[in-house]
Amino acid sequence: MTLWRRQILAIIRIDLAKTFLAKRGLWIYLLALAPLLPLVGHWLFGRGNMANDQLGDDVQAFAVIFQFFYLRIAIFFGCVGIFMNLFRGEMLDKSLHYYLLAPIRREVLVAGKFLSGISAALVIFCGSVILQWFGIFLHHGTQLFGSFMNPGPGLSHLMSYLLAAALACIGYGSLFLWAGLRYKNPLIPAAILLVWESLNGVLPAVLKKISIIYWLKSICPVSLPTPPGAKGSVWNLLIFDIDPAPVAVASINLLLLAAFVLIAAALRARTLEISYAAD
Amino acid sequence: MSSDIVFDNISKFYGEILGVNKVNLTIPPGITSLVGPNGSGKTTLMNLAAGLLRPTRGSVEICGISPGDPERYFRITGYATQYDGFPKGLTGYQFVHAYLRLFGFSPSDTERLAWDAIDRAGLREAAPRKIAGYSKGMRQRIKLAQAIAHKPKVLILDEPLNGLDPLARAETIALFRQLGQEGSHVLISSHILHEVDLISDQVVMMSQGYVVAEGQIRGVRDEISDQPMQILIRCDKPEYLASQLFDKEQVVEAKLHADRQGLLVRTRSAESFYKLLNHIALDGVSIESVAPADDDAQSVYEYLIGNTGDTK
Repeated sequence: MTLWRRQILAIIRIDLAKTFLAKRGLWIYLLALAPLLPLVGHWLFGRGNMANDQLGDDVQAFAVIFQFFYLRIAIFFGCVGIFMNLFRGEMLDKSLHYYLLAPIRREVLVAGKFLSGISAALVIFCGSVILQWFGIFLHHGTQLFGSFMNPGPGLSHLMSYLLAAALACIGYGSLFLWAGLRYKNPLIPAAILLVWESLNGVLPAVLKKISIIYWLKSICPVSLPTPPGAKGSVWNLLIFDIDPAPVAVASINLLLLAAFVLIAAALRARTLEISYAAD
Repeated sequence: MSSDIVFDNISKFYGEILGVNKVNLTIPPGITSLVGPNGSGKTTLMNLAAGLLRPTRGSVEICGISPGDPERYFRITGYATQYDGFPKGLTGYQFVHAYLRLFGFSPSDTERLAWDAIDRAGLREAAPRKIAGYSKGMRQRIKLAQAIAHKPKVLILDEPLNGLDPLARAETIALFRQLGQEGSHVLISSHILHEVDLISDQVVMMSQGYVVAEGQIRGVRDEISDQPMQILIRCDKPEYLASQLFDKEQVVEAKLHADRQGLLVRTRSAESFYKLLNHIALDGVSIESVAPADDDAQSVYEYLIGNTGDTK
């Protein structure tokens, strides 16, 4: 195995332990598992109603939770917690210099850190998607659940949600890793991004595409109906009324964005200095 | 290829604030101490040597390699910083082991090197415990173990004796000596000047971002011509000897030692004073010893930098 591969594996091993086992990361698990709470309630109190037509309601309910809460809140803030800490957290702990004093190229360090972050984020957030999926649909009974998954659209929907969650982690993760390297207080650019993503619904069509949430929404398999009276209300901030992009285009665009941002992060890392007192 | 640490006209500014300025140094193998007051630029110089800071001007090379080539540079360099930060949740062994893996060693070599370093730092018993429970001295020693674990040719240590108890200090100084004798460069910053005397083959004295003196302490002392040399003479008749010396032109000052068992003489020419002393010794004074009293780091430091403030 080449040296840089062994180094990346070593970085992942060090950082994964910190991400998965750190007490200060507990809120990320809670955030990822939060959608399960209403689903468990739904499961407990909706057991008597297993009519076939309710499965369609659950498909809509899942889509609402996924698009309004999971992508915009859970994954967004989860990635803030995971990826910003990869560099900025170690600067605050005064332990980043141990990496910088190892015979490792800074580009390899950025790659290793990103891979460790993305590994943790994928396990947490994609794992939660699968739990939510089973949580909301399994109470319809295994037979109905089985036919919904295949030959019904369930399996392809699940795959689309997993792809959207994964690309959200990659897209937001790369941006927050870069922000952690670039800014002393990376929460400020994160807040600006949150506002931008939230305002996206009221921006002109061209500007809507300059966001991550637009491309993620394009990957989601179920489009949300506009609630009655939503026009002109706060709902406008959350709803996209332009055509979604094809899934392949959306996926490639998000991957290209992440690659571009990671290159910027690697360039930044090459000139990184350790001056903890100033940080 | 040079085997030295070379600072070539290196400067570092933090915005408008001077870190170090126009430093030209060539440091040979052995133990070199960086001495200077707070803010004199010692840590900046060490961080530049370790590649943690980028110079505003100039360059640094170790054995002909620059920090821009990290895969070679950090294989021969180890640095124990003064930062008291550690990755959370690790034991002493896990800490040394985890960062050794970044060097690409095999698992068995990594384990062996980690235990070797931990043994040299005297922490085998504490190694399975979490670092969060370590004393200051133990944290200093585990940092030292981490810095030496890959057997670097150049070891940079920022205040490595801080927080160590007397026994650990003695053991650590012995380790530095051993590393120096093995041909390594050991670059140490310390504010405990009598330990600098004990440890160092050479010193670099810094003040306000500039190097004010470098070399072996005695050599540096010889070059301070505006300060008369101080010589301590142990003898059986110090009062008589003082009376004999008062009117001699070679002697600037003569005073009895605090224990009244000797005489402290200040002279502008040690050589002519020794000749004079030979004559006086023939005159019935039994001289036990004659030794320079101000060619230690403390004296040289006070002559060059002054004794205002501490030396950290």
